[in-house]
Order: sequence, then structure tokens, then C-alpha cells
Amino acid sequence: MATDNRPLSPHLQVYRPQLTSVLSISHRFTGIINSLGLIVVVAWLASLAAGPEAYEQIVGLLSHPVGIIAMAVWTFSLFYHLLNGIRHLIWDAGWMLDLKGAYASGYAVVGLAFVLTLLVWGVIL
Amino acid sequence: MAEFRLPKNSRIQKGKTFAAPAGAKRVKRFQVYRWDPDSGENPRVDLFEIDLDDCGPMVLDAVIKIKNEIDPTLTFRRSCREGICGSCAFNIDGTNTLACTKAIDDIKGDVKIYPLPHMPVIKDLVPDLTHFYAQYASIQPWIKTQSPAPPDKERLQSPEDRRKMDGLYECILCACCSTSCPSYWWNGDRYLGPAILLQAYRWLVDSRDEATGERLDELNDPFRLYRCHTIMNCARTCPKGLNPAKAIAEIKKMMLARASL
Repeated sequence: MATDNRPLSPHLQVYRPQLTSVLSISHRFTGIINSLGLIVVVAWLASLAAGPEAYEQIVGLLSHPVGIIAMAVWTFSLFYHLLNGIRHLIWDAGWMLDLKGAYASGYAVVGLAFVLTLLVWGVIL
Repeated sequence: MAEFRLPKNSRIQKGKTFAAPAGAKRVKRFQVYRWDPDSGENPRVDLFEIDLDDCGPMVLDAVIKIKNEIDPTLTFRRSCREGICGSCAFNIDGTNTLACTKAIDDIKGDVKIYPLPHMPVIKDLVPDLTHFYAQYASIQPWIKTQSPAPPDKERLQSPEDRRKMDGLYECILCACCSTSCPSYWWNGDRYLGPAILLQAYRWLVDSRDEATGERLDELNDPFRLYRCHTIMNCARTCPKGLNPAKAIAEIKKMMLARASL
């Protein structure tokens, strides 16, 4: 019997997004966003060394509403990646590896990342 | 490698509609994945309208009703109808579970039924599990000993040692967890997946087995074991309420404990 024409059953197309998988892929995405944000930090530092005009230019870009939103997203991304990384460390030690623990820690990570982002932007800056 | 789109021959087309009989009061719509190897066509999703007043309570009851009364060509596996054989594992309402233990009333809106995800389809809801079973055979799921068997009795096990296998021996190898795992989707050719690793752990903790070191050697591989990234879709979807993610973490801990001796 020919088997090479067998279709592949749908996967991402039909599988329900759920906390477990969504937080997992978010960890990767925030890792990428963090790297991109670091480029901005490096540009900011480089402009600091390049003199007042260059610095003014970068600060001007970053104080634009779009720049502020991008930096706020980056801050959230940093906190999420950090906290979720700790969540993974806890799992690697063998703790909280049941569904209840996964859900409780998942919600906690997202909530805390929001709180810390608000703290940075509302209180510190 | 991760390939997010379905191959050309696997993309789903619109299928047929089978309307409910006239006078039906409680109509539920079932969307069912179909693929006929003899047609040369792409898979499609057929829509069956079922009168719930004339149907059993479980999704499997509806699927059997469709085969018996509407379309006898619908092909699927089923046997025990009580959650112990693992045959009727489908992707139902977005997650993998056994059709026989999933109540129709628990599903809001249309009931969508697909074969287990990211598997080659033999026909309709029947996936090809050859590779899955070959992976199971690869962990040598039988007791391995060096010491001679006691001449006059079985190899005994204390109640405490027996309890270490609770949550492991209940696995029925329905493949719901492995086919819910994105890591298994992308690397299933080399990654053993949650079901097989839970079974591997079942033999690692069995006090009567004497091949623990050899078994760990076999698993100590970047793909076979370490493609688990603790996504936990497996524990979320297991129709028996087991936790493959925990079993995999325990294997990783055994690896570490052994390496640091």
C-alpha cells in the first residue's frame, strides 16, 4: 500500500491555545524582543560617547510616543523573561510541576511582570 | 525542523453537510476531519447535524451514530468505550482526549473532531502510530534483571516501592500527550515525546528492574530526552490525569544525580 501520499494531520491550525503553550512560546518571543531592545541600549550608550548632538537625537526618538511604547513593551518583555526563567528554574528543581502549580505560577509571572513594568514607568521614571 | 504550515497535500478543504432529520429539537453540529486515501483529493471537514435527543452522551456515541446511520465510510478506531484501551484518541474541541470519556455537553458550539495532531493520516480519524510504537519498543519496556529469579516465588516489591509507580502504570499509550506536544511536532523523529518518556520512567523507578544505568545511558541524548522544554501541554491534555512532564523532570534529575556521584 502506498503511504507516501498520506496527509499530515493539522496541528497548530487546530490545537487550542492554552496557558501552558502560550507562556512557553512567549518566553522565546520575549527573548528575541530583549535582544532587539539591547541594540537600542547600545545605540543609546554609543550616542552618549559620540557627543551631545547624537545623544539629543536618540533621546528625541525615545521620547516620541512610539519610542515610549516600544520601551514599555521592552520593559515588560524583560520582566516576563526574567520571571518566567525563574519559573523554569523552579521546575528544573522538580517543584510545582503539576497542573495547579503550572497555572498558578503562570498567572503569577504575567501579573508580576505587569506590576513591575507599571512600577518602573509609573513610579521610577 | 519546525514546519508551521501544513504540506500542500494536507491542507483542508470544505466538505459535505449532512442536515439533521426533520423535527429534531436538540441539534448539535459535528465537524469531522475526513481523508480518503483512494480519492486522490485533499482532506476535508464534513459537517454532521446530530439530534442529541437520539444520541448517547459521549462524543464517541455521536461518532458511532454517524457511522451507523449517516455515513458508513467514516473511519476511526474504538474499542472499550470506557477510557481504558486508548483507541478513540482524537483532537476534540482543540485538545487531545478520548472520545469515549468526553461528554458532548462539555463542549460549547460545534464539536470539532480531528485526528491526533501532526501525524500521518491513514484514513479519516486514524493516524499512523508506527513510529510512536517503534519509539516505545526502543525503551525496552520490560523488566531487565541480572540477578537470578527466586526459585519458588515472584520477584517481590514492597508497598512503598509499588507506590512509586502510581501515576505511571495507569498510562494507556493513547498518544494524546505526545501529539499535543509542540516539541514532539517539530522533532518527533528523534525526540521520544511525553508518553514514551513517562513509560521509560516507569521502568527506571521499578524496584525490580536492574538495568537503570543502561536505561539512563540510552536516554542521555540531546534529542531523545532533552527536547522537553516543560511546555506542559502533555499534563494538560492527558485523559487519565497523569503528568508526563513531571516524569520527564524526574528522569533529568536522575541524570544529574548520576553525573554528580
